[in-house]
Amino acid sequence: MLSIEDLENIATQVRRDIIRMVNGAQSGHPGGSLGCADFLTALYFKIMKPDPFNFTADGAGEDIFILSNGHLSALWYSVLARYGYFDLKELSTFRKLHSRLQGHPATAEGLPGIRMSSGSLGQGLSVAIGAALAKKLNHDDHLVYCLLGDGELQEGQNWEALMFAAAHKTDNLIAIVDYNGKQIDGPVDKVLTLGNLKAKMEAFGWITLTMYGNNMPKVVETLKNAQKYVGIAQPVIILMTTQMGYGVDFMLDNHEWHGVFPSDEQTAVALSQLTETLGDY
Amino acid sequence: MTEYKNLGSKDTRSGFGEALLELGKQNPQVVALCADLTGSLKMDAFAHHFPDRFFQVGIAEANMICIAAGLTIGGKIPFTGTFANFSTGRVYDQIRQSVAYSNKNVKICASHAGITLGEDGATHQILEDIGLMKILPNMTVINPCDFNQTKAATLKIARHQGPVYLRFGRPKWPNFTPPDKPFVIGKAVVLNEGADVSIFATGHLVWNALQACKILEEQGISAEIINIHTIKPLDEETALSSVLKTKCVVTAEEHARNGGMGDSIAQFLARTYPVPVEMVAVNDAFGQSGKPEELLKIYKLDIPDIVEAAKKALARKRL
Repeated sequence: MLSIEDLENIATQVRRDIIRMVNGAQSGHPGGSLGCADFLTALYFKIMKPDPFNFTADGAGEDIFILSNGHLSALWYSVLARYGYFDLKELSTFRKLHSRLQGHPATAEGLPGIRMSSGSLGQGLSVAIGAALAKKLNHDDHLVYCLLGDGELQEGQNWEALMFAAAHKTDNLIAIVDYNGKQIDGPVDKVLTLGNLKAKMEAFGWITLTMYGNNMPKVVETLKNAQKYVGIAQPVIILMTTQMGYGVDFMLDNHEWHGVFPSDEQTAVALSQLTETLGDY
Repeated sequence: MTEYKNLGSKDTRSGFGEALLELGKQNPQVVALCADLTGSLKMDAFAHHFPDRFFQVGIAEANMICIAAGLTIGGKIPFTGTFANFSTGRVYDQIRQSVAYSNKNVKICASHAGITLGEDGATHQILEDIGLMKILPNMTVINPCDFNQTKAATLKIARHQGPVYLRFGRPKWPNFTPPDKPFVIGKAVVLNEGADVSIFATGHLVWNALQACKILEEQGISAEIINIHTIKPLDEETALSSVLKTKCVVTAEEHARNGGMGDSIAQFLARTYPVPVEMVAVNDAFGQSGKPEELLKIYKLDIPDIVEAAKKALARKRL
């Protein structure tokens, strides 16, 4: 049984992986990946606990995760590797030729843990709904989780999906919005404000929870709490306030780190702020 | 020439609907999704018999395609239904990423394809869909010629693993394929053997090509008629063996010349055995409102246009 401290240590190591991967590839998206590291660590290690050694494409009999904002690939790959889906050493191939760790997650490369390609935004919630409907048809009472970006909610397809899931009572689905308020061009409120997002989600018929996503006890507690709302004829969404770049001071809350890689010097500074808890890949 | 009788005109979309109902009975993994066109797509029977496996998504095609992709994760075989325009152009990126690139077992079933949709006009008459779908890796593209073949193709694609684009139409059209003829994906059907010109046709225009063949025969021209029901993968072997004999080609389709079946044939021949190719297709134009038969005339997709094209191809042949 992993303690909160264990989970925090994993998340810190995941953050080191993200920095090293993005620096190694000289490309990638560190900001959102760092911000969601606590959440995704908790989700895999504490909440879903899928079997990493017998990965099946259909995910029968276990919870499954769909990453809609595929640019958080470095985070996902690190968590998958740390969880045991594949060898840690493979993280060094991120975004390089012939790698299974494509710039954005791809099924074509056969990387265990990935069931859908993503990168072009706005599609993942619909995919997650489909996966959840299939679980219902298969009488599989496990859940589907889906992470979305907040800027991504500007894609209209999300609102089609939000409407559908409520209408069809897709109550075996928990969506999580990375509500960091940042996107490539600047603050979400300046680029195209989402307005009162909580009110919108509620108006669309979703049970809407909120949490601060960079506090491990809170993340675990909220994810556990969310389970109570499953199976009561409404889909569940968590508006997860995070801080872009969390863990590295010069990246914190700065939208410019959405899709920029740190130089070698910046990488050294970043790594000095993140303890090597589990050993680098 | 081989005689083909119209067994009674029917719309190809009804062939799809009948097959979908059969599939529902045969295979519990088959599910269907529709974007507010259940009646037009003839999906009502499936929806009625299998309400748990039918998903009405409303007018939200992007959501429909990605829900279908998600359903495959749980082992389902989703058939999506809407008009060809909304099945392809409207949802291109959803198909590209969540279906084709992810290689998901989604069957994208598209009715009201081509100019014979008629009165609704250019907004609904997509002439680019074959091109849009065939350039996607992993995608199989099928355009059957009549009711019976559409039914057979629908039954077949459920057993094919991988993304499929199945294209059919709105109007009642001569139905001549034997009802029990099995459908083989990627295997063209030689309907009439001929020596002078190879006519490759797809969809509704296969019937027109057969009518053109009769006229050509009366004029002493022996045409080989080949039904290219599967545009991708293209049956290169059948195409080449015909062209080695005839040494000139006509292609006929209810689609834009750019990106259509003829373009696949011409590209293949350019790489292997270049011969004159005449294309009966829409030349860089949108459609318009009108009756199907009027539109086929205006856009030069009619029987006399195929006859003319055959003569032109023959004239260009190097002897």
